[in-house]
Amino acid sequence: MKNRKVWIFGIVLAALIPVSILISLSYGSRSVSIGSVFGAFFENGAPQTEVDIVNARIPRTVFGLIAGAALGTSGLLMQSITRNPVADPSILGVNTGASLFVVIGMAFFNIGDKNQYIWLAFTGAVLTAALVFGLASSGKGGATPMKLAIAGAATATALQSIVNTVMLPNSQVMDRFRFWQTGSIGGASWDDIKTVIPYLAGGFIIAIALIPSLNALALGDEFAAGLGVNVARTRILGIVAGVLLCAATTAIAGPIGFIGLMVPHVMKLVLGPDLKLLVPFSMMGGAILLVLSDVAGRLLGSPGELESGIITALVGGPAFILIVRKVRVRSV
Amino acid sequence: MNTMSSSVIMEGYNSRKRRYIITVSLLGVIVFLLAGFMMMYGKTIYSPVDIFKILFSDGSAAGSFTVKTLRLPRMLAAVLCGFAFGAAGNVFQKLLGNPLASPDIIGVSSGASVAAIFGILIFRLDGTVVSLIAVLCGIAVSALIYIIANGNGYSDSKLILTGIGMNAFLNAIISWLLLKASEYDVGSALRWMSGSLNNVTLDQIPKLAIVVIGASIAIAVLAGHLKVMELGDSYATVLGVRLSAVRISLIVLAVLMIAFATSVTGPIAAVAFLSGPIASRLSGSGHGNMLPSGLVGASLVLASDMVGQYAFPSRYPVGIITGILGAPYLIFLLFKMNKRG
Repeated sequence: MKNRKVWIFGIVLAALIPVSILISLSYGSRSVSIGSVFGAFFENGAPQTEVDIVNARIPRTVFGLIAGAALGTSGLLMQSITRNPVADPSILGVNTGASLFVVIGMAFFNIGDKNQYIWLAFTGAVLTAALVFGLASSGKGGATPMKLAIAGAATATALQSIVNTVMLPNSQVMDRFRFWQTGSIGGASWDDIKTVIPYLAGGFIIAIALIPSLNALALGDEFAAGLGVNVARTRILGIVAGVLLCAATTAIAGPIGFIGLMVPHVMKLVLGPDLKLLVPFSMMGGAILLVLSDVAGRLLGSPGELESGIITALVGGPAFILIVRKVRVRSV
Repeated sequence: MNTMSSSVIMEGYNSRKRRYIITVSLLGVIVFLLAGFMMMYGKTIYSPVDIFKILFSDGSAAGSFTVKTLRLPRMLAAVLCGFAFGAAGNVFQKLLGNPLASPDIIGVSSGASVAAIFGILIFRLDGTVVSLIAVLCGIAVSALIYIIANGNGYSDSKLILTGIGMNAFLNAIISWLLLKASEYDVGSALRWMSGSLNNVTLDQIPKLAIVVIGASIAIAVLAGHLKVMELGDSYATVLGVRLSAVRISLIVLAVLMIAFATSVTGPIAAVAFLSGPIASRLSGSGHGNMLPSGLVGASLVLASDMVGQYAFPSRYPVGIITGILGAPYLIFLLFKMNKRG
């Protein structure tokens, strides 16, 4: 029974991926027909202007797929390692920390190389994660879900105001770099994709390799240790992979929020707690959600364009409230 | 024995009262000096005598434009809005018993901001109507957060987290509205996201003054009850304070001030959140602290605006400076709160 449900859900998600790709290629401030979308790949006599539009949309769609998968997996990793339902790179402030370091590197040290952005973002993300966990676990009771979420959200607010300050004097470029405040995949190019692929691949491989250990960890530290799992190593590798996935995405697209929160939660509702299913399903779900958010941003913002991060916040804010409502008061 | 302990108590009461009065007068002097400095300093520097002459002239005097049209509304808005944010933030923090429960963190200011942008940029409404819509929207957001946080068992953390989610949602709507109104230039974006005194005009001031002063007096009258509340709900009930009625009126008054101020300057970041704790630190926590919080708020906005205008090679709007001030304090406060448990 359970198995059948998983299969049906998997087939639906897998089918949604090509559908969301088609939608992303054809809809926008200038929508083109499905025929022209195919015209970009096969010679079928579609008008050249429309084919050009489709070609221009291919990189952001591809990047949306891999970035969404990365964010979904990153949120899932953070939730399992902290055993905390409200962990997510945006709520913990990790995305904002990554963004802050990149912005500082651009503004004060003239760093322009995308590879260096990724390392800056990674450093900022690690430091922010350490700060937030330090803040949340100070005092008695350790890092409870509520304390962690409050520490993360407050840190994100604080770091965001520093990002704003650094960006402001460069107001002539601010319009072009607005995505450092609210993430957007609109500016992604093939070069960007080539730059992030190795880092994301590394993160995904670690995540998949960790699945059995993380499953054991969910039963409790002692139990996992009894099963022969190296608890400390699993935690550290999991954090490294989670931070790497969101930092690499943020280095190219800016801080995109709430995907890592929403997607794993929906998946857990349907599939239960087994990470063997949750990891691949969260990847698919994250990819679909980010690509569709990007399309929604183009349609809602037309004739301009709304950053995909704004759409994810529009959906994610209420989703976050729902999840907080469910958390038991005991854990305050 | 009995007389001795009562005299000790009286002495303590008197020394607290003295400290409160000294703090309030000092803060009043600081606000006055900062406001005066703001009138005098700028590209052209005027002496206090010049300022008075220009203010009471018919408008043809030299410097009349600078002083009356540029600096006077800016100064008045800074004082009034700073006071409004500080005093109202303190009301929220006291009522909800948590310094993080300030209106700028839990989305009340953003709610007022959304309504103001909607009125001004989309429907092209005039000032008073916009402020009224902002007030209604602020009250609606506060009520909604409270109702949501109340489900499944109430806790302060739940209220704050619900507010944070609400804030993210409302800020996304602000970005959308700004883009839709095709006014997403840097200036208006900054004004509505973090607050700025740049577009204030003199005709907005009288209405703002009436609301801020009226609401402050009403809050001060209710502050006696608020003092009892600091003892906790059960004590207040025993002492016969009608909790829910006082609570609701205080929140409505606080939202009224916040929303009016927000519709003029945008939500000036972190002032509502910073002022209350600073005021408690200065004057002790024995009092309602509305007045010192308001004065701290006014000084913060005045000082930050001058720092933003003159201290750096490029000009920063006031909300960016107050946001930077708020950032480390927010983190420090979290650390302290968790230590205390």
